[in-house]
Amino acid sequence: MDEQYKMTVDAQRAPVIEPGHTFGTVTEKISAIVLTRPASNGWFLGFGVAFMMTMMMLYAIGYLFLKGVGIWGVTIPIGWGFAIVNFVWWIGIGHAGTLISAILLLLRQSWRNSINRFAEAMTLFAVACAGIFPGIHVGRPWLAYWLFPYPSTMGVWPQFRSPLMWDVFAVSTYATISALFWFIGLVPDLATLRDRATHPAARIIYGALSLGWRGSARHWHRYETMYLLLAGLATPLVLSVHTVVSFDFAVGIVPGWHTTIFPPYFVAGAIYSGFAMVLMLAIPIRKIYGLEDFITERHLQNSAKVMLATGLIVAYGYGIEAFMGWYSGDRYDAFTLWNRLHGPYMGAYWALLICNIFIPQVLWIRRLRTSPVALFFVSGVILVGMWLERFIIVVVSLHRDFLTSSWGMYYPTRWDWMTYIGTIGMFLAAMFLFLRLLPAISIFEMRTLLPEAEVKAE
Amino acid sequence: MKREPIYGIIAEFDSAQALVDAAKRTHRAGYSKIDAYSPFPIEGLAEEIGFHHDEVPLVVLIGGIIGGLTGYLMQYWMSAVDYPLNIGGKPPHSWPAFIIITFEMTILFAGIFAVFGMLALNGLPMPYHPVFNVPRFSSASKDRFFLIVFSSDLKYNHNATRDFLQGLNPRSLSEVPS
Repeated sequence: MDEQYKMTVDAQRAPVIEPGHTFGTVTEKISAIVLTRPASNGWFLGFGVAFMMTMMMLYAIGYLFLKGVGIWGVTIPIGWGFAIVNFVWWIGIGHAGTLISAILLLLRQSWRNSINRFAEAMTLFAVACAGIFPGIHVGRPWLAYWLFPYPSTMGVWPQFRSPLMWDVFAVSTYATISALFWFIGLVPDLATLRDRATHPAARIIYGALSLGWRGSARHWHRYETMYLLLAGLATPLVLSVHTVVSFDFAVGIVPGWHTTIFPPYFVAGAIYSGFAMVLMLAIPIRKIYGLEDFITERHLQNSAKVMLATGLIVAYGYGIEAFMGWYSGDRYDAFTLWNRLHGPYMGAYWALLICNIFIPQVLWIRRLRTSPVALFFVSGVILVGMWLERFIIVVVSLHRDFLTSSWGMYYPTRWDWMTYIGTIGMFLAAMFLFLRLLPAISIFEMRTLLPEAEVKAE
Repeated sequence: MKREPIYGIIAEFDSAQALVDAAKRTHRAGYSKIDAYSPFPIEGLAEEIGFHHDEVPLVVLIGGIIGGLTGYLMQYWMSAVDYPLNIGGKPPHSWPAFIIITFEMTILFAGIFAVFGMLALNGLPMPYHPVFNVPRFSSASKDRFFLIVFSSDLKYNHNATRDFLQGLNPRSLSEVPS
């Protein structure tokens, strides 16, 4: 790019870090949230509410273990219900974290440096919430370990030709790699906390977690190589995870599931909802902790643009589904489309179109893209829309398939809702703890963005 | 073997540029057992202190190959050798269906090898290290840059090395007790 042009463009954009910061101020500002700032009443209130929601989830799960899945609304023909809807929703939300930390790193998008840490934390907690659902959905959750290939006295092995088995491997690999990526990214910052902390217990805990990191040039070199390779590995991984999740549906023959558009459309939808969650977290966090210097208008704008782009891919997916319903000439596919538009769940489908396609188009307007309040609202709408999308795919496809004699309706019970809302509480409780205990923004990666970090070769 | 009373001499600098320049001059002066510490990765610094062989990519490659083979052979052995089951008339060795788990296992093993390989090559975790004895070193994780010449260096001579480092205009100079 022409240097002159590049400078003009950069001058027009909001900066990634507000000017005037040094290594010291960046370090102090981010580590102070953890080390010196007292926990506010607002934090205790937020954490308290989230914690109570987590308890509600545990209560609902405890009762489920006692009584069995009959307490849920699942019946035949709708055997999948809320558990799978929520599983797909949560795991999709997690995808934005990996996209930000891995794919944007490979694409050298340095603005990611201030949001990747908490986006990765978001991934981890979202995957934890997602992981609960298939586990408790299997009916006899104490036997969920049967999913893994281990030498059992029965002598049989898992069915590796089944997408459900692929899912076990994809999701557990994703959880492991996300956790490693997040922790190893924290190590240099944990060393900073170790050196800044004054309380002996904090020094010992952060010291142990920092693994004795001392910032040696040789260590940094291997670290950066490792980080880049891990990003390179996480990139195809994150694309594969939602692809495999979509195979759970697409490999089946149920009308509304059996379609080749699913993998790309699931991945785009995952990133769509994930960025919505990133914004819903980032907007209050930057306001409450005064991090507007680090999470700037630029970050909000860029996230809004990603949402706009992925939202259009999702809209294309809906369009192709509808088109194929008509063009295939298959009467069951055509009926699935009709049933979505006019059937008993038509309210959910129209709400989905409004939430995921129509309302997000306001992001074309620059003034709304830069307004935190508007973005917060639109993100909430998208999260609702993406949840409805999974509801439509799971429930509306299953409830009326080939035989009219086996049609049915699905009504979620209070236990379904308690478990679902409870996982939101667990997610928020984990985020609240994360904000107070670990640096929510990567300090060392922020240092590299400062002008004084530049080194000229001789 | 005679044990050196000190571990090395460490010089503190204000900026990344000063550290890179100092590291370059020290390395050119013939010191080979040196190290540089910075609060963030500085491109080219490791090369300046004579670090050229980064083994991490090889470790990751080995991990990936082990993972891929494990994934594929596991499925092959379980589905086609140990307990073949006829499911929907599909052949026991239905390789296209095995690709996804093979892929996931490749990523899993490569990722684990990357993280733990990096830590092992760096000799971490190492809770104690002599440089931590230098009080000013706690700024190495904030905004200061350090260069150390180890006393095990062949060219190391306490006074001469000290004078040499002093000539690099450091902000401070300390001896690191071993």
